[in-house]
Amino acid sequence: MNFLKKYLDRVRPNFEEGGKLHAFHSVFDGFDTFLFTPSTTSGTRGAHIHDSIDSKRTMIIVVAALMPCFFFGMYNTGYQHQLALGLDKFPFWEMMLYGFLAVLPRVVVAYVVGLGIEFIVAQWRKEEIQEGFLVTGILIPMILPIETPLCMIAVATAFSVIFVKEVFGGTGYNVLNVALVTRAFLFFAYPAQMSGDKVFVATGTALGYGQPVADGFTCATPLGQIATQTSDQLTLTGIDGKVLTTWDAFVGLIPGSFGETSMICILIGAVILLLSRIADWRVMFSVFAGGLIMGWIANMCATPTYPASYLSPLDQLLYGGFAFAAVFMATDPVTAARTRTGKYIYGLLIGVIAVLIRTYNNGYPEGAMLAVLLMNCFAPLIDWCVVQANISRRMRRANLTSKNA
Amino acid sequence: MEIKLKKGLDLKIAGAVTDLTVHQADTKVFAITPDDFPGFRPKVDVKEGDAVMAGAPIMHDKNHEDVKLVSPVGGIVKAVVRGERRKVMRIEIAKDENQTFRQFDVASSLDGDGAARLLAESGLLAEMRQRPYDIVPDPAVAPRDIFVTAIDSAPLAVTPELAVAGKTKEIEAAVALLAKICRGTIYISVRPGSKIGNINGAKIVTVSGPHPAGNAGVQAANIAPVNKGEVIWTLDIVTLARIGELVLNGKRDFTTLVAVTGPEVARPSVVMTCEGASVASVLAVSPLKSSDHHVRIISGNVLTGTVTAKDSFLHFPYRQLTVIAEGDDKVEFMGWASLSPAKQSESPTFPGHFFKRPITPDARLNGGRRAMIMSGEYDRVMPMDILPEYLIKAIIGRNIDSMEKLGIYEVAPEDFGAAEYVDTSKLPLQQIVREGLDYMREALE
Repeated sequence: MNFLKKYLDRVRPNFEEGGKLHAFHSVFDGFDTFLFTPSTTSGTRGAHIHDSIDSKRTMIIVVAALMPCFFFGMYNTGYQHQLALGLDKFPFWEMMLYGFLAVLPRVVVAYVVGLGIEFIVAQWRKEEIQEGFLVTGILIPMILPIETPLCMIAVATAFSVIFVKEVFGGTGYNVLNVALVTRAFLFFAYPAQMSGDKVFVATGTALGYGQPVADGFTCATPLGQIATQTSDQLTLTGIDGKVLTTWDAFVGLIPGSFGETSMICILIGAVILLLSRIADWRVMFSVFAGGLIMGWIANMCATPTYPASYLSPLDQLLYGGFAFAAVFMATDPVTAARTRTGKYIYGLLIGVIAVLIRTYNNGYPEGAMLAVLLMNCFAPLIDWCVVQANISRRMRRANLTSKNA
Repeated sequence: MEIKLKKGLDLKIAGAVTDLTVHQADTKVFAITPDDFPGFRPKVDVKEGDAVMAGAPIMHDKNHEDVKLVSPVGGIVKAVVRGERRKVMRIEIAKDENQTFRQFDVASSLDGDGAARLLAESGLLAEMRQRPYDIVPDPAVAPRDIFVTAIDSAPLAVTPELAVAGKTKEIEAAVALLAKICRGTIYISVRPGSKIGNINGAKIVTVSGPHPAGNAGVQAANIAPVNKGEVIWTLDIVTLARIGELVLNGKRDFTTLVAVTGPEVARPSVVMTCEGASVASVLAVSPLKSSDHHVRIISGNVLTGTVTAKDSFLHFPYRQLTVIAEGDDKVEFMGWASLSPAKQSESPTFPGHFFKRPITPDARLNGGRRAMIMSGEYDRVMPMDILPEYLIKAIIGRNIDSMEKLGIYEVAPEDFGAAEYVDTSKLPLQQIVREGLDYMREALE
């Protein structure tokens, strides 16, 4: 790799102050540090050695943890498409290819728009390019229905990167989870295209590959079906009309947002995040605990007015984006609570509110996204209380000793 | 009394001293660096060519004229090295064949004031620190408690008990002197199984746990934390023994044992010399491996030390010299994606985390500086009732009220050494804390 390093060193002067390509110095810097670990060394006082971990490593582990869900999403997109066509043959590689081609433009749009803005802002602020969007860019297509129009993804991504992240100062300073705001923006700005029966299954051709499904096809997600249920006899059906079992939901062969359906893959991701200590187990654990508690309470007082209350607490965790939000969204260290005690409270409330919204508000079949965003707003307040406890402990101690003295 | 600390980080680095035999160095030139003594504003008392005795004052503090830095040997002032805007960088002294020692008037130190004056005059006060602010203590303010640490928990450090073996008499004499100044208790912290027995007048605290358990400030935070308006003094057991020597003989003892450690040292060993010795004379006894890459010579340990050079001098506390690879000449392709077990890390994202063999680190930051992203990283390595992330943010924001409430009086930069190592965002935490402490002191005094 020495020739590459030499090449970069040779062209570097062009990008430095006064060079003719100075306008692209952040981009050059970004690629340079991406390819070669910077050889910047520590100062003359302070720690002389540093751990190998940096934010690139951190972000790439999260992306790796998302990969099982991503690949399963490709498979499931193809699978649901085959079902919608009424076929009973499921050729693996063709389904994977269809899913891949269906999601590819969405990934590309999210990355091009988001990273483009990051590059421009980094250049403008004369900073290094930050890695936060590596994760956000892959999350965005994963939490959206597969049929979300590309132009809407572009608009929503641009909105959240600019107004949720960059105006606050960039990675590390945002209050709200950028990927979730993209989802919420789409949800509220384009409600017709973002919910209902049409968007969760890929019906057209994917970049010209596959057969289109006949017009007039509709199918709701399990939570969508529950929200319109009127009796306590819940039967959830797949898009081929067959009954969906809990096992189907656990494996993830159900209609839903691209990467959110498979509990198995989410759990694999969770194991990666927890073993690598990138995500905090306190948050993850307490989101599930909160969901179970609220699911149990709702189930205890089940009523036909709120059909989702008939779901068992475990089913509450299984359907929709709950598990995905618990593992990948709530654990975002920047927007979550930062204190240890705060993390338990933060997670617990996300779990409770997610189930609360989806059960008692028929307008929103899914509450996980809104619950995380709501608690993002409250995380600083929770932390403030925990910090105040530390402060008043110190004050009490001071008063005690001054009294004794 | 016993304290068990759980949080912290014991880094296993290659190049530990295995043979505690003491080798004598033949040092000709010594230097005292005023920057090693935070809070000390140097005013030079000697000129080049002056003859000085061992223990003679060479600088005093502009704010407290009593507080002196003294010459570690008898000889001739070789150079007063100044930097930009005539800032005093160091005073170099060439050693004479015949050593003459300055005799101190110990008899006048019967009361607290006299004792403090003796410590200030003999340069021993400068080798202690006070909290708040982690500076050379103000001799006029009697400390609430004094914390002496006989533990060095930093990477590759050799136990300071080695230097005070058999000096119980000196330690007791020093405790008796400090007791005149101290309003409360004098604590001496030791590891379990220490050879330091009961010391009259002091309270022995057994401390177990990983680094920074050996830091006197960390121990204080777990025994009796510093509250607003209180002052404590901290020092190590070697300084305590030097005080004892002064009390018993009226002479300053400047000998020090320097552990020469690190992956770049051929045979890590313990070298005896005096305070401020030239690095070359120490490395002459314990040479470096021959290497074709740049090396970094650190006076002190890898977490809190000061960079020095082969032709330069040891820095306070003159106990350790660590030599590691600089690493600025290494080319590493996509290091962030590496699965190599050779990459040292406390994070389980690297396979190297699971191998318990000693690491051979270099001085690279291993990443770019970022905003604080991960949470709870500093907490894991700071055994104090402090919320480090919030304190650091308050310092960066120069918010005096918040800093005070979040406990800045309890901390010193060295307590953040391990946190600075594990930090994903590569923030210069110790520098931030140092600047915060200085800012507070200027604003409040």
